[in-house]
Amino acid sequence: MRKKNGFVSLFASVQLALFLLFILAATSIIGTIIPQNQSHGFYVQQFGEKTAQFFGLLDIADMYNSWWFLSLLGLFALNLIVCSLERIPLVFRILGRDMGMTSPEQLAQMPLKHAYTRLSTVDAAEQEVMQFFRSLGFKAQKVEKDESSLYVAQKGGWSRFGVYVVHCSILIVLLGAVIGSSTIAEKILHNPTFAFKGAMMLPEGQASGHINAFKGGQHIDLDFQLFCKDFTIEYYPNGMPKTYRTEVGIIEEGREVRHAIIEVNKPLTYKGVTFYQSSYQPFQNYLVQIKRAADGLATSSKIGVAREVLWSEAGVRYGIINRENRGEVTRQLKIWFSDGQGKASIFWLQPGQEAKIKRPDATYILKVEQAYATGLQATKDPGVGLVYSGCILMLVGLYVAFFLSHRRLYGSIQATGSECHILLAGDANKNKVGFERKFTERIKRLEQLS
Amino acid sequence: MESSLFFGLAMIAYILAAAFYLGLFLFKNDKVGLIGMLFAAGGVIVQTIALGMRWHESYQIGAGHAPLTNMYESLVFFAWCTTLFYLGLEYRFKARIMGAFVMPCVAVAMAYASLSARIDDTISPLIPALQSNWLIAHVVTCFIGYGAFAVAGGLGMMYLLKSASRNKQENLSILGSLPELKIIDDLTHKTIIFGFMWLSAGIITGAIWANEAWGTYWSWDPKETWSIITWFVYALTLHARFTRGWQGRRIAWLAIVGFLAVFFTYFGVNFFLSGLHSYGSV
Ligand code: HEM
Repeated sequence: MRKKNGFVSLFASVQLALFLLFILAATSIIGTIIPQNQSHGFYVQQFGEKTAQFFGLLDIADMYNSWWFLSLLGLFALNLIVCSLERIPLVFRILGRDMGMTSPEQLAQMPLKHAYTRLSTVDAAEQEVMQFFRSLGFKAQKVEKDESSLYVAQKGGWSRFGVYVVHCSILIVLLGAVIGSSTIAEKILHNPTFAFKGAMMLPEGQASGHINAFKGGQHIDLDFQLFCKDFTIEYYPNGMPKTYRTEVGIIEEGREVRHAIIEVNKPLTYKGVTFYQSSYQPFQNYLVQIKRAADGLATSSKIGVAREVLWSEAGVRYGIINRENRGEVTRQLKIWFSDGQGKASIFWLQPGQEAKIKRPDATYILKVEQAYATGLQATKDPGVGLVYSGCILMLVGLYVAFFLSHRRLYGSIQATGSECHILLAGDANKNKVGFERKFTERIKRLEQLS
Repeated sequence: MESSLFFGLAMIAYILAAAFYLGLFLFKNDKVGLIGMLFAAGGVIVQTIALGMRWHESYQIGAGHAPLTNMYESLVFFAWCTTLFYLGLEYRFKARIMGAFVMPCVAVAMAYASLSARIDDTISPLIPALQSNWLIAHVVTCFIGYGAFAVAGGLGMMYLLKSASRNKQENLSILGSLPELKIIDDLTHKTIIFGFMWLSAGIITGAIWANEAWGTYWSWDPKETWSIITWFVYALTLHARFTRGWQGRRIAWLAIVGFLAVFFTYFGVNFFLSGLHSYGSV
């Protein structure tokens, strides 16, 4: 055997893997108990000056991105690579092994075997062996030896790679995470637009072409603009929010190239940047739209509470006298409307709904909406595809590693006079119990036949 | 809500099943065990109806969603998954005595969900973040995994009990009715493998959902972190077994530790820690 150096044998060892898995599990607990990403002052107040300083040293405030935690993950990845690389050649050697070279001594040592003698011709015995192989779903290959014939077949040899598919998938996920990391884009690639996470607060009717990064807070310019057409909230009858929806347009070179709706769980992706509905900001002024039913004459204005507006074309005065808020979100508005004929109309109206105002001479349709800014999170993560592929690969690999196995069957016939000595043997690298059950079941059937 | 009546019946069936399985364990009477199994199977059937009704009722009140979205619904679903998984195992491996270690756990989960004042069982509509098919996939995959791990934990306890009694040469006692140590050990391993598959799928679907809803597939919030801790624990268990040859008591202990991690991921995080998932307890 080739002598291994210390580095390789350490990183090829499963003991190290067990140790790292344990340490990763144990240290991960810390960040679930000590609140993350708080200010230094918070830790001083909660844990005292000394402890807070110690926390600072170990990056406890952001422990999952700390030097030591990332190093642990790095060691884990290295362990995985070295260990797998060391063992994969072994799999090739097993698969490359010529089963036809199996010696009678090796056959005699198989854990699963059945030897018996038949009074029959060699041809009849061969038929029987072939039939046995077929009954287990294997196609036998015949190898002539000096004094006997050997029959071999194998299935599912490739399933030995399942483990390495799983290991490789973990590395792919980690690689995807590295590629999508905004810290790496900024600090190592010096290109913050490569990968970022940030937010934009966009008032209705306005457009913006940049976002503010979460980390560091710097501006990141997009090569297009996002225009917020409308933001709406819908409620369930019991008052719980049902939908937050932003209607946007994407603007390039002054033209709208795409219209889209962003809702929670329905993000919009454009040119690699994905926008998520994440928050909103209600303003305390309102868009009022009025139309005269008879001829469609219309007006609109943006007003606050307790302001009177004159619509001179129609000779109408209107305003909002009062409102009922829940938090900053307006639930009802009290509208005052007069066209100088008789008493003014005063009524409550919910934002977003239309009111029909019947005046002696005309009918008006009035609608009020609260003005909002929509809060969008914007993410560019070029690694997410890799992460997802790694995940799929992991599930496939786990299935192969756990539920499929490499099964081999052997048969040999040795003729002496009019007797045939038959040996049937098999092995499986996994799920041995299941394989054994099938094997013995077929053997029993064989015995019943004779 | 007519479904609550059926959930109540399922709870009673599970409690009776647990009682009869314990009876089987204590008195080694096969008939008692059979009755336990029938109650467990009946409970599953009644609960399946109840789940369907609750789903239907949610549409009638205009909140339409699969019954998998809050603490009550997930506990109830956990009880359902665990029982179903356990019955499959019992049928396949003919080891009815395991029920004495699994069904009490189910009965407690179901009773806690139905009777605790901390758990709200009204059907409420979904806030926007929860309106996603990935949520359904996430909950279903996670809870199949949790169900398997609960069974594995029960098997671990069974193993420890039995092996402790063997050391003391008192195998003539009731523990003698437990299956062979080797069989329990093998079942524990198989169950963990099954659970590990589903937990992996659960973590993955959760990550995809998070990415759709919040733009980050992994944010190390306490629930996510605890799920990965659990995953590490089981990965460790599996590797210790097939590469270091760990067996028996060590694996039994790890199956129990693993289930404690599952338990904390599921409960502890909601009650003791805060984070993205805490609205799940509303
Ligand atoms: C949490 C991460 C890991 C996962 C999910 C994982 C998964 C798996 C799976 C599914 C198997 C196949 C089990 C079977 O044959 O039934 C396996 C085997 C194995 N793993 Fe890992 N693994 C991980 C980390 C590691 C690491 C870091 C090492 C580094 C030494 C390692 C070394 C091995 C070895 C040596 C085997 C046995 C391969 C064989 O059958 O020859 N694993 N792993």
